[in-house]
Amino acid sequence: MLGLGLPQRPPLVEETLKRIQSHKGVIGTMVVNAEGIPIRTTLDNSTTVQYAGLLHQLTMKARSTVRDIDPQNDLTFLRIRSKKHEIMVAPDKEYLLIVIQNPCE
Amino acid sequence: MPQRQPPRRQSISVGRGARKRDEDSGTDVGEGADEWAQSKATVRPPDQLELTDAELKEEFTRILTANNPHAPQNIVRYSFKEGTYKLIGVVNQLAVHFSQVGNLIPKDSDEGRRQHYRDELAAGSQESAKVVISETEILEEEEEPKETEAETELGSQTDVPAAEAAAKATEEELMTPKQPKERKLTNQFNFSERASQTLNNPLRDRECQMEPPPRTNFSATANQWEIYDAYVEELKKQEKTKEKEKAKTPVAKKMGKMTMRKMTSMESQSDDITKVTQAAKIVERMVNQNTYDDVAQDFKYYEDAADEYRDVEGTLLPLWKFQNDKAKRLAVTALCWNPKYNDLFAVGHGSYDFMKQSRGMLLLYSLKNPSFPEYIFSSESGIMCLDMHVDHPYLVVVGHYDGNVAIYNLKKPQSQPSFRSSAKSGKHTDPVWQSELVHTDVIKLKAEGNTTDGLNGLQLHTVGCGTAFDFHKEIDYMFLVGTEEGKIYKCSKSYSSKFLDTYDAHNMAVDAVSWNPYHAKVFMSCSSDWTVKIWDHTIKTPMFIYDLNSAVGDVAWAPYSSTVFAAVTTDGKTHVFDLSINKYEAICSQPVVAKKKNKITHVQFNPIHPIIIVGDDRGHVICLKLSPNLRKMPKEKKGQEVQKGPAVEIAKLDKLLNLVREVKTKT
Repeated sequence: MLGLGLPQRPPLVEETLKRIQSHKGVIGTMVVNAEGIPIRTTLDNSTTVQYAGLLHQLTMKARSTVRDIDPQNDLTFLRIRSKKHEIMVAPDKEYLLIVIQNPCE
Repeated sequence: MPQRQPPRRQSISVGRGARKRDEDSGTDVGEGADEWAQSKATVRPPDQLELTDAELKEEFTRILTANNPHAPQNIVRYSFKEGTYKLIGVVNQLAVHFSQVGNLIPKDSDEGRRQHYRDELAAGSQESAKVVISETEILEEEEEPKETEAETELGSQTDVPAAEAAAKATEEELMTPKQPKERKLTNQFNFSERASQTLNNPLRDRECQMEPPPRTNFSATANQWEIYDAYVEELKKQEKTKEKEKAKTPVAKKMGKMTMRKMTSMESQSDDITKVTQAAKIVERMVNQNTYDDVAQDFKYYEDAADEYRDVEGTLLPLWKFQNDKAKRLAVTALCWNPKYNDLFAVGHGSYDFMKQSRGMLLLYSLKNPSFPEYIFSSESGIMCLDMHVDHPYLVVVGHYDGNVAIYNLKKPQSQPSFRSSAKSGKHTDPVWQSELVHTDVIKLKAEGNTTDGLNGLQLHTVGCGTAFDFHKEIDYMFLVGTEEGKIYKCSKSYSSKFLDTYDAHNMAVDAVSWNPYHAKVFMSCSSDWTVKIWDHTIKTPMFIYDLNSAVGDVAWAPYSSTVFAAVTTDGKTHVFDLSINKYEAICSQPVVAKKKNKITHVQFNPIHPIIIVGDDRGHVICLKLSPNLRKMPKEKKGQEVQKGPAVEIAKLDKLLNLVREVKTKT
């Protein structure tokens, strides 16, 4: 689907993120850069920093695992489902997009 | 000597006395000498013994013995055995006259031989051996005539060295010419040290300090995939350079540079957020999947179990509902699935109300994200129809109400169509387009039929206006046109002036015509006169007629079976027919829209998944899943292989048609 390769214009990204945030059950979203520093978030500072640090490491580990098994492969996304909510991590080349959603609402 | 005579006399005369006299005589000799000097007359000392002559003539013997005069004659020792003193018989008569401790050692002794051995090592072995032998001989010769006195080694030794020295001297003379240089031993008597002090240059420290080179910490991991990435990048670079070399012109270079500069400046200026686009897209889909999890599960796995109990009927399970605020008031005028990406479909929005015409919208949705369309394009005039290219699935052609045809390229980020034409000028389109549906303005294009491929616009003389058309799936040049009057014309691209055939199909405008995907002869048409008709293009009368109690908006064949088709009506119902199961009735008639006021305008089957999308005039698109009954394949008798493929489908339909034909010919 994304193979059509249509690059979105900058405003659309903002809209997308807003849409995600306003979606049903979404608790928070954040954008983390390659070093684990949060760039953009909708949660409070301490929570953000905690999430960013921990998930960054986990994503790196996951990606390393996938690529070690097959170097031509790459991590698309990571979902962690817990009792209370689901954390979704979509890694990019330089950034990490983290969304926390409560799917049961 | 004559001088001694007188003392002799004296001594002899005195000899009668004991030893005292001897002693005195000894002493007297000296005195006697003095006396002789004085006179020859014998002088009688006053205290001399008066002896008779007899006594004077008495002979006394004198004995010379080897006894030690100083040795005691009566040594007594205490005997513990008897408890008394006892006289020792024999007394040692040894008198030592001279003793000296020397440092000479005999050559035959161990130490002597050792010293010789050492000398031999320095000198030569043979010579020293000779020396030893000659010395031993000399020693033996010397020792024989010697008196054997106890403890006379030293005495003999003192005699021997003299001979030895002589022998040695001769030996040395023999040895020296053959001996190598002897080591000069330094000793504290024979050692001289010579030293000189040179001038030591003073040491000086010279230092030079520079600024330390700038340091940065670098850390990286070397994994298999990092290496792989590096290789891939290198490959890409190489390919780029190759391409650049190929397309080298000075103008191109400049352009390239300009664009590169623009690109880089843009990248630096633009917000970092843009790079999260891809990730954001994925996450949005994930979030949607979570929210509509049950729907997704239904889509994938749910098969209505109740169908087993229902004889032939099936149901449509509503899945997702697609709607967008911007297209709220606009009716769905066209639906099309993307031939390549099975989850992507296009929705054209416009208005069927010919009095109120407003803008149009083209939205492309993906099933993976039901909440927001993937692509949005808006246009000034309402869209009436659309189609996607089979080979280039990123090209979407759209026909507008005002007669323009626009082509949108999804690969490019423009919101404007890349190609626009007006149907009046009869501009051509790509010949590969299979069924390009262009709904022309009724008012404007009275005379014209539809645009087709070819350099010249094909002008057909129609009595009415074209409302629908469809190209034949296999026969390239043949197509059907449905008119507002209700007639259907079979046309050919090669014959521009004449129709191949005419069918009096309906009483009202023909809304849709569609060739059967399997059977080459069968097509279907629907109209606002509440009917759906199935034709064999060789026969003027329809094979099957269905009355649906309401104006039929659209009709579509199923891609998986030649006998299944769906029709949607303005009363919000969807009807699914399967001719092989029931020739006269629908196997499913289900209201799918929430409000009855909504009129369904279009329906499309998904080529792969068992779902259909239905669009209504409120701008909503609903996705429904076909229950198993609706997708039935004909049951083969036991033992026979289940045949699949277009031939089977064709045969299936043929059978039905033959039945109908027989009936007709009979009647």
